[in-house]
Amino acid sequence: MNAANDQTQTDIPRFVFKDCALIAIATHKRAATLKEFRDHIETLSPDSLYYHFWGNLLLPHFEEAEYINDFASWVRHSLHDTKLAEQLAVLDPTFYNNPEDLRYRLLEYIDDRLEESEYLQWSQASQRFQFIRSQIVVFESRTSVATPQEMVEMIPLLSANSIFYHFIDSRRRTESNIDDFRQWLGFFGETYRPLIDQLSKIDPYFITLTQLRQQLATTFQNYITEAVS
Amino acid sequence: MTSMLESYAAVTGEDVIRHLQQLSRSLQGKTVVHVNSTRLGGGVAEILEKMVPLGRELGIDMRWEVITGDSEFYQCTKSLHNAIQGNQIGIPEAQLNHFREVNEQNANQLRPILEEADFVFIHDPQPAALLQYCKGRKGKWIWRCHIDASHPYRRPWRFIEQFVRGYDASIFSLPQFVQPMPHPSYIISPSIDPLSDKNIDLPQEELDSVRGHFGIDPDAPMIVQVSRFDRFKDPVGVIEAYKMAKCYIPNLQMVLAGGSATDDPEGEAVLNEVRCAAGDDPSIKILLLPPDAHRTINALQRLADIVLQKSTKEGFGLTVTEALWKGKPVIGGDTGGIRLQVINFHTGFLVNTPEGASLRIRYLLNQRQKMEEMGVKGKAFVRENFLLTRQLREHLTLMVALQHHANDRIEVSG
Repeated sequence: MNAANDQTQTDIPRFVFKDCALIAIATHKRAATLKEFRDHIETLSPDSLYYHFWGNLLLPHFEEAEYINDFASWVRHSLHDTKLAEQLAVLDPTFYNNPEDLRYRLLEYIDDRLEESEYLQWSQASQRFQFIRSQIVVFESRTSVATPQEMVEMIPLLSANSIFYHFIDSRRRTESNIDDFRQWLGFFGETYRPLIDQLSKIDPYFITLTQLRQQLATTFQNYITEAVS
Repeated sequence: MTSMLESYAAVTGEDVIRHLQQLSRSLQGKTVVHVNSTRLGGGVAEILEKMVPLGRELGIDMRWEVITGDSEFYQCTKSLHNAIQGNQIGIPEAQLNHFREVNEQNANQLRPILEEADFVFIHDPQPAALLQYCKGRKGKWIWRCHIDASHPYRRPWRFIEQFVRGYDASIFSLPQFVQPMPHPSYIISPSIDPLSDKNIDLPQEELDSVRGHFGIDPDAPMIVQVSRFDRFKDPVGVIEAYKMAKCYIPNLQMVLAGGSATDDPEGEAVLNEVRCAAGDDPSIKILLLPPDAHRTINALQRLADIVLQKSTKEGFGLTVTEALWKGKPVIGGDTGGIRLQVINFHTGFLVNTPEGASLRIRYLLNQRQKMEEMGVKGKAFVRENFLLTRQLREHLTLMVALQHHANDRIEVSG
């Protein structure tokens, strides 16, 4: 890979940075028992499913929460079932190709637990689970880059929401369910394959968006520095 | 960047402000009117005082109007407020009729502004009926409910609901506060203004002066609860907790500082109950502060070792947010928005009884290191989640979303 090589590839689109804001909306669906919870999940919109796994990154939450997703947290703290909470907590939405696969796995865990524990058939939660959906407003930030070298300068300046849009939200927009950075680097053919591989190792599930921005910046910076030297 | 935006950028970081500027591009020149029932006292007025000028700095024509009413109107709205929070209060038909009349009178005054506005935010039940008297409205109307409407007393709720159903959207502070509506119900937590007199850093001399003024012993631990004298805030329960803790910490002192708002006629009765419960204990200071005593409240929270908010019902609990912002651990009632802010062993403790509060007071005063750790975490938590800029961002997002017919994904160009 070298910079001269990039500049000859004029047909490659510029990476246009976008930003986004998420807002939560009540669905009026509530669950007081595991059975009600299960039934709502079965019919929940993909958007709502998405919100309960990723919405915490953009909306008020405590970063040192014991469980990453809302489902696991409710099962632990309101239904007081640690076994199912652990199983739901391990679910990583980036691992699934589409929301239906994720929903299937969720239901599988819940159904198994309902069969296993008679108590959970009727046990009432101390607080009801409130299902939420979200709206995402996406807007252009009026900045773009043509090369990964320029990307090194830009990433530290991106808002946390922009990082969310390009690294997490992209997984439900792009055909191959990957982040926008890898998608864009793919236009350069095999030139940036090692960088794509390094980006694919970043796990966004357990870190804040600020930490994610730092990891992305470091990955790009290290790669470009090594390539130049 | 204007000087006001620069001041916020210094606290929140520049990317937060850049984000607001980008989001507000598609709202340039739009007229946004906020309406509530008091310009002084209470969390709503405090937020609007700063949110409106900040919105204007972003190029939005944002205004704030206040409705007026007589004591009978405020008696009615206080009852409605309590009934929406679940108190079984019957409200005489004559009072409800008066509520309509006062709203109609205010609509007559405000109609030209409200009917022309692109967005109107109506705060709480007091001005909720204005919509009914603005038939020629052009913009989107949003009802902002700041209180817990999860289990309202049904009859008064139905009275308010008949007005609210006609709005284009509503906003609740937490998902569990929501009542089903025929329009989208957005979830937006309220916030505090880090640059207001109530939250800004204060010089040590000012803290010392407040301490001296109220006769607070600098060498004795102090707990503080700041809130209106309202039964839902359980000030008498706080006194019970203090008395139990004092058996183990004899030099413990306590301040109960209550503001009063022009739309709260019940405060005096509760204040008398509190004075009676406190008796003649010189270590209990009961302070009835004027609505503009923001710096005094700020100082009292900063002088406290622990802040209490032992509510039995609570909207969001902005006094908790204020205390966390000042690096104080909070012992809060296990209710409403306090649950979102007080995380056991991280930012404070949730309690359900005076006994529970007393136990946690004793625990914390014996674990000074833990208190400091909680203070650091609490402040960071508020910086990330509960400052005014985040609330304004969500209001802007909501307005953009409403402009685009509430699709799940809205792409804004330009």
